[in-house]
Amino acid sequence: MTKVCTLTEAVHTLVRDGDTVVLGTGLEHAIPFAAGHEIIRQRKRNLTLVGPISDILFDQLIGGGCVKKVEAAWIGNVAGGSAYNFRRAVESGAIEMVDHSNLTVALRLQAAAWGVPFLPTRTALGSDLMDNPSLKSMRCPFTNELLVAVAALSPDVAIIHAQRADANGNAYCLGNLGITTQAVGASRRVLLTVEEIVEPEIICERPELVAFSGTCVTAVVKVPFGAHPSPLVGYYHRDDAYFLDYHARSKTPQEFEKWLAEWVSHLPDRAQYLSKIKIEKLRL
Amino acid sequence: MNYTPQELMVAAAARQIQDRELVFVGMRLPMLAFQLAKVTHAPRAVSLFENGLLREASAQAMIYTMGDLPNQIGATWATGLIDVMALLQRGAVEVGFLGGAQIDRFGNLNTTWSNAGERKLRLPGSGGACDIACLAKRVVILMNHEPRRFVERVDYITSPGYGSGGAWRREQGLTGGGPSVLITSKAIFTIDSASKEWVLHSVHPRVSLDEIKQSVGWRLQIAPELRETVPPTSEELSRIRAFDPQGFWTRRAV
Repeated sequence: MTKVCTLTEAVHTLVRDGDTVVLGTGLEHAIPFAAGHEIIRQRKRNLTLVGPISDILFDQLIGGGCVKKVEAAWIGNVAGGSAYNFRRAVESGAIEMVDHSNLTVALRLQAAAWGVPFLPTRTALGSDLMDNPSLKSMRCPFTNELLVAVAALSPDVAIIHAQRADANGNAYCLGNLGITTQAVGASRRVLLTVEEIVEPEIICERPELVAFSGTCVTAVVKVPFGAHPSPLVGYYHRDDAYFLDYHARSKTPQEFEKWLAEWVSHLPDRAQYLSKIKIEKLRL
Repeated sequence: MNYTPQELMVAAAARQIQDRELVFVGMRLPMLAFQLAKVTHAPRAVSLFENGLLREASAQAMIYTMGDLPNQIGATWATGLIDVMALLQRGAVEVGFLGGAQIDRFGNLNTTWSNAGERKLRLPGSGGACDIACLAKRVVILMNHEPRRFVERVDYITSPGYGSGGAWRREQGLTGGGPSVLITSKAIFTIDSASKEWVLHSVHPRVSLDEIKQSVGWRLQIAPELRETVPPTSEELSRIRAFDPQGFWTRRAV
């Protein structure tokens, strides 16, 4: 049975109301914006979003009404500053926020990917991040040193964007990886979007470039420019002006609604979205 | 030669990087400071980024985020976050750079929540800042100097400094060295070796001592031989302006 399907089918089948979803695992690189926008269009609800930092995609999903909880280290607009939907939702109590550092998010997923209930670390000691119920102080059973135990987390879905994969989901992830391999290993289902689907023989030429095995992947979707406006190594630059424009246009809920209609909810698909962008200027 | 406070901060921050050091860089002004150090006194310094990049050569074009292609192209190592954090956790990183919305007398930083009168304001959060604050051998902090940011005790410890002072870090089990220098838009502070509170080290040109004293929310220690901060040289300024040609980070109003 082939894993290859459309983005509409993949989001419909793999992302369910109430799911815990890890995405944005490459930090500012290779953010799966196309899949995120499809989640908003399909009006998914009560999601828990997990990630290290989020450069505006979490803010868009929160503004789109999809989110009940965020478990992450940093939510904002990296070049602009604040993520306004996130701020409004957390300040008003509309969503729950569980604060992490980048390392503790990574270790929650690493523990699950490794099949152990927790992993120890030396970060976060003495910080107020220890209010997070998935972090507990502990003593090393061998040396008696103070450590932090980070509880394992198995998300329902990981959403990853990569350069290329075969139809089984064996994927080349070029550039920095962030917490991508941890997220894939920890999650029950993996939705992979790629710039290109290639023959298995091409992937097998350089197996050391395969970041994770297709055995972990549930669905493979070809979505060219699927990470726009974030950058993708080998394919396109970051669209800096787009991030700054979003920052200006998300300051109030009213302005954000107009932005959302223009860029997500009133667009039927990614092709229409791309027709609105001067993509040639960003292509490598 | 005229310069902005941010340009002075970049030049001062660059001087905190020694040659051959492994540096956890971060974005904005510290990124420029690393680029400046590379082309002046620290050509063999190595930069680390939490997204999983290690670079020996500085980026060849202006970057807004550490994931931008000019930061990926020419990197020495592209890996995952855990590999980079491993270097930090095992004590291999000499210096990490941090910024913050609020800082206190003992160098604790808050980038999570702040109180504005009755209202609680939500800030972006830690990112990798808590990890750097806990684990780097020394930490250099850059901040815009506004009185509301300098408080006796932060509302929330996102990134631990010296807690309540003295031996607090050791009691918590923290293995990194903690903050060593605070560079603001008006002055430079260092840490008192016993009490672990900030000591005013130098005041930037055209800034008065009274202004600094009144801008912090506690009784400030002042170095016996208080000096004026060394301004950026014309060479440093021309380098900074080449790295940030539109002045996005260094010549905008803050």
